[in-house]
Amino acid sequence: MAQEVLAALSGNIWKVLVDKGDTVEEDDELFIVEALKMEIPIYAPCDGTISDVKVKKGEAVEEDDVLAIID
Amino acid sequence: MGIFAVTIEMAIMWLISLTLMYLAISKQYEPLLLLPIGFGILLANLPLTQLMEPDEGLIWRFYHYGIEWEIIPPLIFLGLGALTDFGPLLSQPRLIFLGAAAQAGVYVTFFAATSFGFTLEEAATIGIIGGADGPTTIFLAAKLAPQLLGACAVAAYSYMALVPIIQPPIMRLLTTENERLIRMKKGRKIGAREKLFFPIVASFVIILLVPASAPLIAMFMLGNLFRESKVVERLTDAAQNALMNIVTIFLGLSVGATMNSENFLRTEVIFIFFLGLFAFMIGTATGVILAKIMNVFTSNKINPLIGAAGVSAVPMAARVVQRMGAEADKKNNLLMFAMGPNIAGVIGTVIAAGIFLTLLK
Repeated sequence: MAQEVLAALSGNIWKVLVDKGDTVEEDDELFIVEALKMEIPIYAPCDGTISDVKVKKGEAVEEDDVLAIID
Repeated sequence: MGIFAVTIEMAIMWLISLTLMYLAISKQYEPLLLLPIGFGILLANLPLTQLMEPDEGLIWRFYHYGIEWEIIPPLIFLGLGALTDFGPLLSQPRLIFLGAAAQAGVYVTFFAATSFGFTLEEAATIGIIGGADGPTTIFLAAKLAPQLLGACAVAAYSYMALVPIIQPPIMRLLTTENERLIRMKKGRKIGAREKLFFPIVASFVIILLVPASAPLIAMFMLGNLFRESKVVERLTDAAQNALMNIVTIFLGLSVGATMNSENFLRTEVIFIFFLGLFAFMIGTATGVILAKIMNVFTSNKINPLIGAAGVSAVPMAARVVQRMGAEADKKNNLLMFAMGPNIAGVIGTVIAAGIFLTLLK
C-alpha cells in the first residue's frame, strides 16, 4: 500500500538521500530540509521501496508537500 | 608620535578588541556585528587619531549621525521587518503571550540594576539587554545612557551568540521529559491577505498605545509591508540585503568606537555583563514557565521549550528549541512553532523600550 512521505515543515530541499527503487526502513533519513539555516531530516514513515521521488535538491517545499512515495 | 601616547589601559582594550575579532572570525560568534565592533574598539584605543573627535573625527561622524541621531537602528528594523514572516505567529496568536513573558527578563533586570546603584536610565538600558535585540539596545542606550552604549551592545550581541549555551540548561531544568516530547498541533493556515493587513493593523495598535516605540516599530512594519505586499520586490530586496548590510557596517564600527578605555574599563561594566546574562536567563525561564502555566488551561498543549524562544534572538533561540525538541524526539520539529514567540519577543522588546522611554525621558 503506497504511503506518501510528507514535508514536516517548509524549507528548501538540502539533500535528497534516496533514489527511486531504493529499499528503506522506517525512520531512515530520506531527505534533509533546510529551514532557517538548520538541517532537518525527513524520516521514512514505514518500511518499503521508494517508487517515486518528487523533489530535487534546491527546490522549495511547503509543509505537507509530498516528497516521495513508498510502496 | 602615537607610540609614546599609548597607555596600559589602551593595551587592555586592544586585547579585548582582538578577542572579539577572534570570536567573530574563528568561532563565528555574530561575526556581522562583532567583527566591526572589535575593530572599532581598536580604532578608539589608538592614540592621537582624532577618529572620535567631536565634529571632526570620521568615526565620530558615523556615530553622531547614525546612532546619536537614531537613524541606524530604525533602518536595521526596516530590514528585519522585510525579513520577517509573521505566519508562525498569526497561525497561533496565543504564542504572543510567550514572547511577552520572556520580556520579564528585561524588567526583573531593570529592578536588579537599580538595586546595584545604577540610575533608572542606566538600569533600563541594562535591562533591555535581556530583550536579545541589538538595535533596540543601541536605540535605547543612545537615548537614555550613551555612556553605557558600548558595553550594553557588546553584552547583548555576545549573549545572543551564546544563546545555545545559556538556554539549554535552564530549559532542561524547568521541563519534564514528557513536556519536551509534546507534539504541537499546527495552527490555522494564514493567507497572504492576513499577512498583508497585519503590519498595517499592528502599526496602528502599537503606535497609538506606545508612541515612543514608533521609530523602531514603524520601520519594522514598513519593511514587513514591503515584503507582504509583494509589489515592491526591489524595495524589499534592498531592505533585506543591501541596506541591512550597509547599515550593519556603520553600526558595528560606531558602537565599537564608543568603547575607549575610560568608558569600558570600569567596575560598572562587569556588573553590566553579569546583569545582562541574568536577564537572558530570567527571560528564558519566564517564557518556559508561562508555557507550562498555559498548558493547565488548554487541551491544545504547548511544548514548553518554545517559551525559551521568547528571548528574541532571532532565529538563534528558535534553533535551540528545535535542537532540544529533536533531542527528545527526533521527529518533533518545533522550529516553526518556536518562531511565533521568537518574533513576538522582538515586538515585546521594542514595546518595553518604548515604555522605558515614555517613563524616563
